Amino acid sequence: MGGEREVTAPPPRRGRGWGEGEGACLVIGIGNPSRGDDALGPLCIERLAALNLPGVELLTDFQLQVEYALDLAGRREVVFVDAAESGPEPYDFRVATPCEGLAHTSHALAPEAVLAACARIGVTPPEAAYVLAIRGQAFELGEGLSEAAARNLEAALDLLRAKLG
Amino acid sequence: MAHDLETAQNPEALKRVVIEPLSRVEGHGKVTLLLDEHDRVQQARLHIVEFRGFEKFIQGRPYWEVPVMVQRLCGICPVSHHLAAAKAMDQVVGAHRLTPTAEKLRRLMHYGQILQSHALHFFHLASPDLLFGFDSDVARRNIVGVAAEYPEVARQGVLLRKFGQEVIRVTAGKRVHGTSAVPGGVNKNLSREERDHLLQDAYQVIAWSRDAVALARRLFEQNLVQYERFGSFPAHTLGLVRADGAMDLYHGGLRARDRDGRTLFDHVDTDRYWDHILEEVKSWSYMKFPYFRDMGPEDGWYRVGPLTRVTQCDFIPTPLADHARREFLAYDEGRAAGATLATHWARMIEMLHAAETIKDLLHDDDLLGDDLMVRGERQARGVGVLEAPRGTLIHHYRVDENDLVERCNLIVSTTHNNQAMNEAIRRVAHEYLDGRQLTEGLLNHIEVAVRAFDPCLSCATHALGKMPLKVELLDASGAVVDARLSGGG
Repeated sequence: MGGEREVTAPPPRRGRGWGEGEGACLVIGIGNPSRGDDALGPLCIERLAALNLPGVELLTDFQLQVEYALDLAGRREVVFVDAAESGPEPYDFRVATPCEGLAHTSHALAPEAVLAACARIGVTPPEAAYVLAIRGQAFELGEGLSEAAARNLEAALDLLRAKLG
Repeated sequence: MAHDLETAQNPEALKRVVIEPLSRVEGHGKVTLLLDEHDRVQQARLHIVEFRGFEKFIQGRPYWEVPVMVQRLCGICPVSHHLAAAKAMDQVVGAHRLTPTAEKLRRLMHYGQILQSHALHFFHLASPDLLFGFDSDVARRNIVGVAAEYPEVARQGVLLRKFGQEVIRVTAGKRVHGTSAVPGGVNKNLSREERDHLLQDAYQVIAWSRDAVALARRLFEQNLVQYERFGSFPAHTLGLVRADGAMDLYHGGLRARDRDGRTLFDHVDTDRYWDHILEEVKSWSYMKFPYFRDMGPEDGWYRVGPLTRVTQCDFIPTPLADHARREFLAYDEGRAAGATLATHWARMIEMLHAAETIKDLLHDDDLLGDDLMVRGERQARGVGVLEAPRGTLIHHYRVDENDLVERCNLIVSTTHNNQAMNEAIRRVAHEYLDGRQLTEGLLNHIEVAVRAFDPCLSCATHALGKMPLKVELLDASGAVVDARLSGGG
């Protein structure tokens, strides 16, 4: 059989974390582009991509899953960007700490649960992690972004540009 | 017995317990129990709202967009929808036989999907219940608890899932929601470098999958009496099999058996699925209840998924998984093969089969070929059927003369299993909850039964705050006596 080598191990690290030029910071946008304001996460990533911010890696997915813990390994900073059904306008920006409970479905994980998964698979967690929860209003299938969500997205991008730029 | 718990005689006089997520949009589920003054269960129902509005969302779109668009249904099995839609659209473009390269690339993608989904379900979702017990301390009964006491199990689960995702990334062209399966074939082959990249891990993945089968078996053996009874019920079964009776999760004919294992129909062309399957609407559920046409809605409901597939096929065409299948069928004189909780064991046998199949495909040079597409005479209708991780998945489209989708019908695995899941929770409610003071541990028994099927509860959206599971205990007047919240963002 295959011996003792690791399967799809996390990418190589320099020193205790990522070098500045290769993704010391990771921003993950989460959401379904076809569900109204659920598109806030992926749209935020699209806008950030156009800025070509040095040292910032961008990922997007419909939902977070456990293997995203591998993407967090050794990062200096990770920001999870997602739409929020409730909470403050235009967004809630908070520190994310590892926390996990039993889910009724395997279909998605909270950012805090992905952070908790780092310990379980023996990877170095990011030095800092945040959730940027951009307030959305409507999440119906086939709808576009609401006006309120579009305004909230601009405010959230201002925050991210100041933080990452 | 369990069927009797579908509708209580005097519901207005009963105490109601609700287990539900907070989500108000489609794709949520809840369980309601009605209890009398002695806490005897009088009614138990699982309600799932799923894919509401999706068929309308697809109508009016060009047919070639559909294999990409349908991936927005589900964040956990987008590949299954991608491939089922592509298979349907193959028929629309008259591609009745794909090139070997296209067929094998799609198969590789599909088995990558099976592997990652099964790994995620077993290691992440089910293992805390199975390793610690259904009513163990809730603070311990989670994946962090698993990591603390079984670190290697937890680590392998993540790495198996990651390997499956890597197979998908390489074959689909993207890490998320690829575009490679197109009507009539695929739009990319596998490079030698990509093949070698996957091959270097393929054997380790097989070894870990064997270990997972052994773990699932060991857990079943350790709790044999409880596991064989828990939420178990006789059911008719439905699934795809290859022309020679082998397990084939990508393509085949429909096979159905009755509760005693007698064949009802076999090798039925999936293009005419509606000759054998109809769907019933019930007033209390958004999701339909499929049944075998010849048997009627009352008696014709059936079960799909790993347990059905492993028991219903004549053999598994990879040696390690087939050996595991034969051991499974023989275990305890066949009694395990009918147990709801044996679904976990069967799921791991399928994961091993997926790992072996991926390895075999990676050794096939057809994957590197350049002949990717075929076309034929344009058709107005297309049906694509495959075995998704949770069971049979049917995509059915009608396309008009302007190439726009005119009609769309999807029957997903969770819909096929609707009545079966209801049967499971009624068995559990009757056996474990009836006449007892409800506790978190006892209510978790209901969730354990639901988790065995891993229903698609919230596929298409997940915004923060939309997915917690809420359990409420209400008195006969509807006032909340107690509540708790778990999961969610």
